[in-house]
Amino acid sequence: MAINWFRFSSPATFYPLAGKLVPWFATGAAALAAIGLYVGLVVAPTDFQQSDAYRIIFLHVPAAWMSMFLYVVMAGWSAIALGYNTRLSAMMAQAIAPTGALMTLIALTSGAFWGRPTWGAYWAWDARMTSELILLFLYLGVIALRNAIDDPRRADRACGVLALTGVVNIPIIYFSVQWWNTLHQGATVSLTKAPAMASIMLTGMLIMSLAAWLYAIAAVLARVRTIMVERERGAAWIAALPEVRSA
Amino acid sequence: MSAFLAMNGYGFYIWSAYGIAALAVVVEILLIRSHRKAVLAQARSTVSGPAPRSAVVTE
Repeated sequence: MAINWFRFSSPATFYPLAGKLVPWFATGAAALAAIGLYVGLVVAPTDFQQSDAYRIIFLHVPAAWMSMFLYVVMAGWSAIALGYNTRLSAMMAQAIAPTGALMTLIALTSGAFWGRPTWGAYWAWDARMTSELILLFLYLGVIALRNAIDDPRRADRACGVLALTGVVNIPIIYFSVQWWNTLHQGATVSLTKAPAMASIMLTGMLIMSLAAWLYAIAAVLARVRTIMVERERGAAWIAALPEVRSA
Repeated sequence: MSAFLAMNGYGFYIWSAYGIAALAVVVEILLIRSHRKAVLAQARSTVSGPAPRSAVVTE
């Protein structure tokens, strides 16, 4: 039986679906984070070069991956919203920006606390750090631009254009370690080569990455529900919601 | 336990990084919750307000 996915492209049908999914993703994120932290902080051995400082990797790399990935997803929803004028796509893009900014912030701060003991400085204007900082400014710019425009549909279009323009920064972050001489090392994990790290460390990092994925999905779905209520209040389907009627 | 927390002298850096991340996640969850409460209250007052609006066509 084919599922009619377009049925869920309307806020009225997506709202309850998202509400059912949030606890599952949130619980999965919490469970995986607990396992991942145990593997990363307790099970994984001390590194022979970096001692225990390397343990920041279990936080830093998943957050950095998510910060880039969420931006691409946000830009993708923005492109759909601009092309088809679909309001749920624009709401998804709006809901992703704060979680993307959060992941970028975690990547930058964990990187600073890793850089100090290993490179001798909390911050350096290395190509990858600088482009990741620009990513944070892009997220904050998208959020600020939305807050500056009263009409939500106009804000959708303006934020969509800004988000799409900013996509150029993503390959710059990703390839910065190849294009320039940076403090950052080249990719340790890639799809084409065997990973250049111990398998238990890799396992911990992948579990934490999965936890970050599930957390981001839960946060974005929870936020998009809030955005729906905010933007569609007055619509019949909002008035009919039990959580609105019950008061 | 204290050896675990000390992390061979890197404890300050490791726990600062993880602590800030945990704090940021908690703040995000609380912000989403408080925003949800606020918009639901707003929606209720729209529904039961003095001049109830009929269904608004949004598309």
